[in-house]
Amino acid sequence: MGMEGVGARVARKEDKRFITGSGRYVDDMVVPGMKHAAFVRSPHAHADIKKIDVKKAEAMPGVIGVLTGKQLKADGIGNLICGWMIHSKDGSPMKMGAWSPLAVDRVRYVGDAVVVVVADTKGQARDAAEAVEITYKERKSVADAVEALGKGAPQLHPEAEGNLIFDWGIGDAAKTEAALKTAAHITRVNIVNNRLVPNAMEPRAALGHYDNAEDHYTCWTTSQNPHVARLVMSAFYNVAPENKLRVIAPDVGGGFGSKIYIYPEEIVCLWASKRTGVPVKWVADRTESFLTDAHGRDHHTTVEMGFDKNNKIVGLKVDTIANLGAYMSLFSSATPTYLYATLLSGQYDIPTIYGNVRTVYTNTAPVDAYRGAGRPEATYVVERTMEIAARELGVSPAELRRTNFVTSFPHQTPVIMCYDAGDYGASLDAAMKQADYAGFAKRKAAAAKKGKLRGIGMSCYIEACGIAPSAAVGSLGAGVGLWESAEVRVNAVGTIEVLTGSHSHGQGHETTFAQLVNSRFGVPLDSVSIVHGDTDKVQMGMGTYGSRSGAVGMSAIVKALDKVEAKAKKIAAHLLEADEGDIVIENGQLKVAGTDKNVPWFQMALAAYTAHNLPQGMEPGLKETAFYDPSNFTFPAGCYICEVEIDPETGKTDIVQFVAADDFGNIINPMIVEGQVHGGIAQGVGQALLEGAVYDASGQLLTASYMDYTMPRADDLPSFQVSTSNTPCPGNPLGMKGCGEAGAIGSPPAVINAITDALGHENLTMPATPQKVWAALRAGTKH
Amino acid sequence: MSEVTLVVNGRKVSGAVEDRTLLVHFLRENLNLTGTHVGCDTSQCGACVVHVDGKAVKSCTMLAVQASGSTVTTIEGLANGADLHPVQAAFKENHGLQCGFCTPGMIMTATDMIRRHPDGLDEATVRAELEGNICRCTGYHNIVKAILAASKTMSKASKSKANKAA
Repeated sequence: MGMEGVGARVARKEDKRFITGSGRYVDDMVVPGMKHAAFVRSPHAHADIKKIDVKKAEAMPGVIGVLTGKQLKADGIGNLICGWMIHSKDGSPMKMGAWSPLAVDRVRYVGDAVVVVVADTKGQARDAAEAVEITYKERKSVADAVEALGKGAPQLHPEAEGNLIFDWGIGDAAKTEAALKTAAHITRVNIVNNRLVPNAMEPRAALGHYDNAEDHYTCWTTSQNPHVARLVMSAFYNVAPENKLRVIAPDVGGGFGSKIYIYPEEIVCLWASKRTGVPVKWVADRTESFLTDAHGRDHHTTVEMGFDKNNKIVGLKVDTIANLGAYMSLFSSATPTYLYATLLSGQYDIPTIYGNVRTVYTNTAPVDAYRGAGRPEATYVVERTMEIAARELGVSPAELRRTNFVTSFPHQTPVIMCYDAGDYGASLDAAMKQADYAGFAKRKAAAAKKGKLRGIGMSCYIEACGIAPSAAVGSLGAGVGLWESAEVRVNAVGTIEVLTGSHSHGQGHETTFAQLVNSRFGVPLDSVSIVHGDTDKVQMGMGTYGSRSGAVGMSAIVKALDKVEAKAKKIAAHLLEADEGDIVIENGQLKVAGTDKNVPWFQMALAAYTAHNLPQGMEPGLKETAFYDPSNFTFPAGCYICEVEIDPETGKTDIVQFVAADDFGNIINPMIVEGQVHGGIAQGVGQALLEGAVYDASGQLLTASYMDYTMPRADDLPSFQVSTSNTPCPGNPLGMKGCGEAGAIGSPPAVINAITDALGHENLTMPATPQKVWAALRAGTKH
Repeated sequence: MSEVTLVVNGRKVSGAVEDRTLLVHFLRENLNLTGTHVGCDTSQCGACVVHVDGKAVKSCTMLAVQASGSTVTTIEGLANGADLHPVQAAFKENHGLQCGFCTPGMIMTATDMIRRHPDGLDEATVRAELEGNICRCTGYHNIVKAILAASKTMSKASKSKANKAA
């Protein structure tokens, strides 16, 4: 390992612009002649649009245009789609209702966009938006997914009878039923996975610019995957052909999944720019973000896990109802199916599993992938159930887990996934040691003396990252391939640009990707630039989500570097009159192995571009492209242990210790990996203790600001103790697994297992607010 | 419309603004100082923190006209030329930022916090004082670490200055 190479704790190259105020986010972009958009949104959860009167608004100061869904449809702009086809058990395709970027005759959730106003200033656009008169006829609405499936519930889309989008199953139902019949003990749990709002700190924004002279569109957007945005806007929404649409995702202030999707606003800004003849910028305010960003989670699940007399799991049956909101967002169908139920085996050797998932329309914001995306829901199901089972069976939670761990690899689960490598016992041991698990009883007694209730809980999570072999996901219904691309350009002076289809919005790619290049060629980090986020620069890419930028994005870079290295060695061998097989790259030089004959990297690069003395028939230049399609998912796993202290007088829970022991495979920059785990844990603890999106009976979002939705603050959290014990992933050239989501996946059950341990019963739902814990202390029954 | 005049990052600036213009919008839109960010509508997130007459203020909570006559420092004015402010340096060294959106507000808050605690800070105080700044990326772990490190550096620097003066 070099000072700057793979494995080094290098400070981030990208930091300087962010700490000096020089970052460039979409809201910082200014285009000559740019005007501002404000959306008129539905105040009702469910209503028919009877009349839209824009006259008053059009006459307001500064107004350039007031545009409606009818005009948008007349211009041929398409409906938003979900890009992953799921079939129900009966073979019928999912029932996708129409989602127009601007509602035409009906609104289905509070925040549904109806009219856009373009004006000289943001203030004028908002003033005029207030003056748009829309007559609605309200319909009955339903926000809860279980109620939406009930008889007589209001119907959202004519395509989806009973609001059911699909009724899907995975695994073997009959075998699982039979196994449960043989069980010596069955643990039954009802689980609610609370609805969350991702809340990237940068609100969504879009700037659409139509150039009339060139008949060309440019869109600056807060996207995790600008190429997918271009593809979808071109292929499905008829905004513009791909060659006439450039999408740029500059600095993006966090994503967590919510910026994967293509939302109505970017489509409307591009279309409105052509309609009005001016560049149009829209920036969400925070309440708009709460109302319209895709939410996460929102599952209702019943679980039955059967054990034999030796406490070995004999079967697992899971039935889930997942709320997808008012419309199907881009990947909404995949999140509660292939990203959820395929992980129900957890870290355990379970002979048979059956998962049933029904997805439902409700009058709420669309729900899609949020950090972890399905895997936190699966982990919560499995790890709450394991902890409860241990309590019921009277064995220690660690022992029950050890009894059931998968210990040999590869391991084929009953739910598609084939785990390639791992050492679950090692993570559990590391976490228990770090947490001084053995000393807990003493700490509990000490806490009791202070009048506090102390509890400890663990969670042994597994997830699937690096999504995934394109052919495999294609066969499961994905509308896109999930490979990644890379282009490595060696300049004539030897400096290097790496163009990647991954997108960094906090992950530090500009540093870690450069560290990889440094390790390969010895070029200083400062001489390596990472280029991403612009469809005019990078040809194609699938973006960043599902912790895939390392395992998939960097693997593509490795392939391109391999090609560069091969050509560089040929050039060096020619210059040194040696055999190319004898050339090695060390310390920025191409050397003849075992001799002092060498050519510096930059001289080799210059030779490639002067082309005065290249091997016979070789093309000048040094630039290579590669596409990498993974052969499998990767399987990060680990063990998290949380210790809490509850004040029985107030119900307030303090996390007094949080330990994370992860297996991420090989690591490029430990500092950045730790940062990812810290952030993930904070979001997981947020879900467990603080966060919850709440709709009232009329479909109004009660938690639509930071005054009402409790974001984790610094004083809600402790410092975390994180460590890794790694088994390299055999499936990709760097042996990486992915670390972006683990914290959010592993932590909620650890926290709730700790609180229920302190409470002495299981009757508690997330978020475990002081009020709920206080009530649970008084109402609960002993377990 | 009202005329406002203030000193921003050492430079006298003035402009005509709508009465409802917030200080943050004046900084971002009139002065193109886009390092100060807007992350919420309710003065909760702290992405917009600047220093007004030496004190940390949420610039979304103050009208531009209220700030007229004041001296304002934004994130762009914190470094001493090419030399980073110790708080900026500590955020980089301790990986106290990821997406960077909350970072300017965090740094401006931290700088003010350290100024108000010249004898040093402990973790509990830092966490309590960060109540008005939300970060979604870092879990605050490395932000707290960075502020403690900067506090140490700065109190050492001020002590050695004081010693020299004595």
